[in-house]
Parts: sequence; C-alpha cells; structure tokens
Amino acid sequence: MSAPDTVLEVKDLKVHFPVMAGAVMRRQVGSVKAVDGVSFDVRRGETLGLVGESGCGKSTTGLAILKMIDITSGEVKFEGEDISSYDRSRMRPIRRRMQMVYQDPFGSLNPRMKVSEIVGEPLEVHGMASNRAAYDARVASLLDMVGLLPDMADRYPHEFSGGQRQRIGIARALALDPALIICDEPVSALDVSIQAQVVNLFQELQERLGLTYIFIAHDLAVVRHISHRIAVMYLGRIVEIAPRSELYAKPLHPYTQALLAAIPIPDPEVEASRPQQIITGEVPSAMRPPPGCRFHTRCPQVMEVCKSVDPPMRDRGGGRAVACHLYDAA
Amino acid sequence: MRTGARLMGAPLLSVKGLSTEFRTERGVVKAVDDVSFDLAAGETLAIVGESGSGKSVTAMSILRLIPDPPGRISAGEVVFDGQNLLTLSDEEIRAIRGNRIAMIFQEPMSSLNPSLTVGLQIAEPINLHRRTPWAAAMDMAVELLGRVRMSDARSRIKAYPHQFSGGMRQRAMIAMALACQPQLIIADEPTTALDVTVQAQILALLKEVTRAANSALILITHDLGVVARYADRVCVMYGGRVVEAGPAREIYARPRHPYTIGLMASVPRLDQEAGSRLVPIEGSPPNLADLPPGCAFAPRCRRAADICRQRPMLVRSAPDHLSACHFHAHLSAHVGT
Repeated sequence: MSAPDTVLEVKDLKVHFPVMAGAVMRRQVGSVKAVDGVSFDVRRGETLGLVGESGCGKSTTGLAILKMIDITSGEVKFEGEDISSYDRSRMRPIRRRMQMVYQDPFGSLNPRMKVSEIVGEPLEVHGMASNRAAYDARVASLLDMVGLLPDMADRYPHEFSGGQRQRIGIARALALDPALIICDEPVSALDVSIQAQVVNLFQELQERLGLTYIFIAHDLAVVRHISHRIAVMYLGRIVEIAPRSELYAKPLHPYTQALLAAIPIPDPEVEASRPQQIITGEVPSAMRPPPGCRFHTRCPQVMEVCKSVDPPMRDRGGGRAVACHLYDAA
Repeated sequence: MRTGARLMGAPLLSVKGLSTEFRTERGVVKAVDDVSFDLAAGETLAIVGESGSGKSVTAMSILRLIPDPPGRISAGEVVFDGQNLLTLSDEEIRAIRGNRIAMIFQEPMSSLNPSLTVGLQIAEPINLHRRTPWAAAMDMAVELLGRVRMSDARSRIKAYPHQFSGGMRQRAMIAMALACQPQLIIADEPTTALDVTVQAQILALLKEVTRAANSALILITHDLGVVARYADRVCVMYGGRVVEAGPAREIYARPRHPYTIGLMASVPRLDQEAGSRLVPIEGSPPNLADLPPGCAFAPRCRRAADICRQRPMLVRSAPDHLSACHFHAHLSAHVGT
C-alpha cells in the first residue's frame, strides 16, 4: 500500500541490455544488467538523490522511470498508476507530469531554436497554449521563474553561458507543470562557481512549486546538499538508502563509507585529521557482476558469506535500509 | 619572507611574469597574463581555477607545449633549476620534457599511443633520455608498474592501452612520468575523468610517489577538496591571472581575495549541515576576449568599487600570502563575509 503522498513507486526494477555477437548469425551472448532489482519510493515535495559511480545504473534508472528505455521487469507506479507496460502513446499524458533535466546544457538544446521556442515547444506539442498571447505569457513567466530576462527569449542557445543554458533546460522542463523532475547530473558540467546558482534554483523552485525531484549525480557532496533522502547505488543495485543527515553521520554500508571517505573536504585542517581509508580496485563489469554481494571484491570488511550469498535489502528503521551481511545478526 | 626551509636555496621552479596569448577571430586573447610563482623541491603546488582561468595554459607554457600559431608565449621567464626554459633550443627543451619534467594529462587515452604496448611506452623515455638498453628499460617498466600498484606487472607490460580501465591507464601514465625520476611532475586535472573512489586512489598514489622521489608536483584542478587534501601551496587563478597565492592552510583559513572567499562559500561540504542555502558567486566566469578593465573579477564581486577599474597588483597581504585585491587588507575575516 502506498501512502497518498507517494509520487513514485519503483519495485524490483530491472533493465538488462542484450549483448550481441556474430556478424551473420547474430545471437545474444550475454546481458548487461544495468539495473538489477531496484526498489524505492519518492514522496511528494521531496528530493531523492541517486548516487554512485559509473556503471551503477543511476542514469538508466532515471531513463527507465520515464520509459525512455525498455524495462526488462519490475513495476513503476507514478501517482498511483502502474505505467510499467505503457507504450509511447499511453505515456504521452504521463510525460507531461514527469520531466527530465540533462547534464549537458550544450548538447541538449537545439542550436537552431530560439529560447522562446525551446521553452515553449512542450506547450505546443501537448496543446497547452490556446493562443499566441497565452503562449508568450507562459514562456515569459517560465523564463522569469528560472531567473532569465524577458529579452533573452529571442536569442539562441550559443549566446548563453553554461549556467544560463541549464536554466533554459529547467524552464523547458517546467513548461507543462510537472509533478516530478528527474535531474541527471544537472550541475556536473558547470563551473564550480556556477553550480551553487543552479542548485539554489532547484531548491527555490521546489519550495515554490511543490516539485518532487530525483537528483542523479556522482558528487555526493552536492547530492547530500540538495536531497532529503539518498540512495547509494553500486553495479545495478541500491546498497543503502537513508535520510541525508544519517547517511553522513553513520553510513552503514562499507561502500557508502568508502564513497564518503574518497571525497575530500575543502579544508586542509579537517583533511589532515581525517582517516584516509581508500578502497582498492575499480567497479567490475556489469556484464559479469561478482557473485554474492557485488561489492565483495572491493570490500574491506568482506566475509565468507559475502562471496556467495547476495545480501537482501534490510530495513533498519528511521527510513534507512541497507543490503549488507554485516547487519545480518541485528 | 620565506619559510626557513626555502631560505636554503633558490626555488626549483620560478615562473616570472609569464604571459601567453592566442590569436583568435576576435583578436589577441591573453590566456595567461603576468603569472608568477615559485615552487620548491618536493613541494606540491595546486593551481586552482575554473574554465578560462589560464591554469592549463600556464602548465603547457612551462613545458613550451603551446601550439604556435595560434599561441605564443609573449613575456616572462620560466626558470627551472637555474635555467630559463623559454630561451632553450627545441632540442634542449625536448631533453627536459618527459625527463626532468614530466606531465600527466586528464585523458590518459589521448596521451598514450594506442598501437604500442604499455611497457614499450614506459620504457621509451628511459631508453631515449638515459640511453638504457631496451631490455633493461623494459625491466624498469615492470618495476615502475609495480610501484604504481599495478598487479601482475610482468604480463601487463605486454598489454595495449585499450585493454586497461581508466584508472589503470592513469597508473600507467604515472609510471611513465616517473620513468626518468623527474624533479617536477605537472598533473593537469589527472583524475577528473575517473570515478570518485579511483580518483582518491590515483591522487594518493601520485602524492606518495612524488614524496618518495622528492619530486615537486604541480596539481592543476578545479576541485577545492582535492587542493585541501593534497597541496602544500595554492595559486588561485581567475581570468588568466593569479589572484591569490600562499600556503594551503593559510589560504583556506584566511582567504584574502573575494573570488576565493566566494568559491569556498559556494561549494557544499560533507562535514557541514546540509540543506542550508549555498552562497553562489553571481554571473559567469569571464570571457578572455572581453575582459573588463582593471580587476577581472569586479563584475561578479560584491565589494567592487570605483578603484576596481584599476588593475590590482598581486601584493603581500600577510607573511607568505599574496592577494590581488584592492581590499585585501579588509578581507582578513573568515569565509562567509
């Protein structure tokens, strides 16, 4: 049963990509288990952070929720409606309520379109503006909402800086009054001094419009800053989910601990006294994930059981859950 | 005023008034404008800045790797171990590159030759600069791969770069850089393309091997956390100029340039309460083809006044702490002001 304020429910989501071989006799030789059994809820007005390294499946999870790629199995419920099996045409009305903001503010905007066209296009596609005046007014209010000036409407993307382009992308995502915005690395291509502007804008818009976000990024410091809850992913799985303050104060999963330890704090005094626990190795291939716990090949606390038994996600109370054998007994 | 250790001798590297310009469609652009800093043997200096700050061009200029045309080192000196690198012949500078000064780039794939084995590429500078026979140079390559913690080094030297992961390629690059026991390693965003945990491994390794060899390290980065963890000294660049320089602890504890102060307030920290608003720097990094007169940061600076239309000199604001801000003396308060 989902609480009435749950916007999104994802249950045991799997996205496997077939790996083909052979030039004449094409056959499937394996599959990349990009997302392999991911479950979480997102409540209205909250930001859920998805964090992890390359190949963890965080971006694929975002695309699968929007049905921009096919789901292998599992359930995605949006505002109570099971959309797992929806095709393009049935997704159309849903897509109005679910939008995406991309990482690359350079690649995701059509260079031949004026800002007013980029921002207003969704209104046209979905027949949301009854006349020219309503269209113009809506575009103007969207630009204002993201902190762009009205006279910028007639300019082209190349005339804007990276931060401004990301604002244009956000205005476009807001055009149809979505309930949920999936933000995929929305600040990682921006200069450090610009990132804070965009992060603050996301927070302001959330307060003003009651938006719900899934914020996908590899930078745990940024994710923790903007998210209410954080899901840490590794090789297609969520290994730990926790409210943001608990995650840093008491990370349970050894991978979460390793991720936190790997991120330097911008203060030499703090860094000098911080234990430097750096884990070894790199993320294994998602085509052949290790048996048992997928992290066991790099885990500093690995036990015998971890090599063969896949740890289930266990509820630890207080909105926390962890998939690790260290907590089996408790 | 120098610290005791540095009084003992001249710095290993002394960059004085370095300027590098590029001819573009929009006129001559000064990518590096009157940059000066010193670096002692065994020291790690971080050059911090955003896109267009001139940090990478500074590094390339030291090794004279600026493509000419369109680029040109237009002024200054780069004195390395008593020798001005800018006046050396092409042959003389080639004898220094990869030998006494090594460079590590962000994208190891673009600086490794895809058609040669990794072992051959590590052995090549040893053979070239040290006249070591190939067989012995290959043995040294194995030893170097071991030193950068590559497991199974003996068989890895026969592998090609594409068979390596990103982290392994960067390890191979570090091994290559170490090959001739350089006095200075310049690493330009060496871990930006890597995963967070691998980033930490590679930086720790780089720090460890440079310390063991007493090599100096110039670390070029945009990441204030990386600077805090690894650098002894910091040079903050903005719009092609050095705006602040000094020991890392001093700069972080008492920044004396509004840009540095702004940067520190704008990054979220894992050890601070989450959820509060960040304090961003307004506006965007400057366009080098269209810099304002005077202080390049003035259009984004909350403290900007009339005087900022005159170019601030990089002056001693505190012992061993330089700032290029007309108001440096009033900025001694900690971050957040």
